Amino acid sequence: MPELEYLLFLGCAIPYRVLSYEISARKVAEKLGIELVEMPDYNCCGLPLDPASHDVMLTLATRNLCIAEKQGLNIMTLCPGCAGTLRKVNKMLREDRHEREKVNGYLKDVELEFKGTIEVKHLMQVLAEDVGLEKIKETIKKPLTNLSVAEHNGCHVVRPQKHIGFDDPENPKILKSLIEVTGAKCLDYIDETECCGAPVVGVNDKIPLSLARDKLSHMKAVNAQAVITVCPFCHMMFDTNQSRIERMFNETYGMPVLHYPQLLGLAMGFSPEELALKELRVDASKVVSLI
Amino acid sequence: MSERKEAPSKEFEAKATLKISDIDMRFKNEVKKIPGGERLMICFQCGTCTADCPIARFSESYRPRKILRMAQLGLKDMVLSSEQLWLCAACYTCVDHCPQDVEISSVIRALRNIAVREGYMPPVFKELAAAILETGLAYRIPELRLKRRQEAGLPQLPKADLKSVSKLFNRIGFSKVVEKGGNSNARA
Repeated sequence: MPELEYLLFLGCAIPYRVLSYEISARKVAEKLGIELVEMPDYNCCGLPLDPASHDVMLTLATRNLCIAEKQGLNIMTLCPGCAGTLRKVNKMLREDRHEREKVNGYLKDVELEFKGTIEVKHLMQVLAEDVGLEKIKETIKKPLTNLSVAEHNGCHVVRPQKHIGFDDPENPKILKSLIEVTGAKCLDYIDETECCGAPVVGVNDKIPLSLARDKLSHMKAVNAQAVITVCPFCHMMFDTNQSRIERMFNETYGMPVLHYPQLLGLAMGFSPEELALKELRVDASKVVSLI
Repeated sequence: MSERKEAPSKEFEAKATLKISDIDMRFKNEVKKIPGGERLMICFQCGTCTADCPIARFSESYRPRKILRMAQLGLKDMVLSSEQLWLCAACYTCVDHCPQDVEISSVIRALRNIAVREGYMPPVFKELAAAILETGLAYRIPELRLKRRQEAGLPQLPKADLKSVSKLFNRIGFSKVVEKGGNSNARA
């Protein structure tokens, strides 16, 4: 297989609500020579049902892994939830014979068997580990030197460390370095590594919205001109829900929330239209005017 | 989004005195049998999980340390019926910070799995499960969004083999849980 060829695992949230992430990710991937093959016949990664049944999560995740094994290609995801789940299950089933035999027992009914022959990576890992900062740098045409942004990492890209083994969850640097390669400045702020709260929205909205508001206020305090995310759920918390947060707390943020590939794409010279910046709920024209 | 709101005042129906009948001595073993729940009894209640929990900061009643303590003590009904059990965001900060290497959020997930078996399932999980059975994905993608994909020149979404998905749900015995579930018995 070519060095940079992956099965693209889209998951559920991105086709459901966050097409701008997919559109921009495909654009920058092409520019970087990353070849994306559509993942056939996939189902939800399983994570949303883990609270209800661990075995259902394991089996749904493994079915996806088996499909990728049949294709003989590694998986790349855009959603940290999918990446974290598929990575964790891939590792667990390789190491734990008992769990592997149990899940393979279920999968026998649909003529699949987990073998553990492929790897799973999130977009950020592909960019940092497989493409590399140097190669990304070569594609930058319009360095975003007038721009100062805040990053929000997305928990499942880095946690739990013992299962994921990527970057340092207590002091994450990789997204920062990916941002800085575009020429933009990446600001530090209080409670930077904290979760956005999105997974709780299904049962309680007050707590996650308070949490997201807390983060937005810390980003605003350091004069961030935009927030950069790498997760569809974090993006929904900060972008889709920002007007709700503003109403709830009687505050104004007007903080544009860009997917990392949108930021990178702007620096590569793609137009805001090509990167679907219009689809963002919070107007990002301020960011564009600074380029 | 659920209408249900947290009611801190009724938190775990705190009792001044616990009766021996409130305690199920075998409960801890039930939790330990579920992957992720194995290290429940190693928790020594230092509270690091709670101090570092982003949800606990914004909730008056969600305290992961307390949930683990109740599970250790065998307060089965109290912990399984509590609404707080569903507030973990699975950010895994507690897993990374626990000095005893207890996977706190996995223990909480194991408790949730038992709660679901016992009939306490927030309705959102029934919706998610039904969507996966009917479409392969956790959310039903609206027609409009599929049209938008086409306009944006994105490839068509692949269709999951739904027969396989439903076979797997049946095989695990989860289809029955879904049919009977969606029960908002979690005490509000």
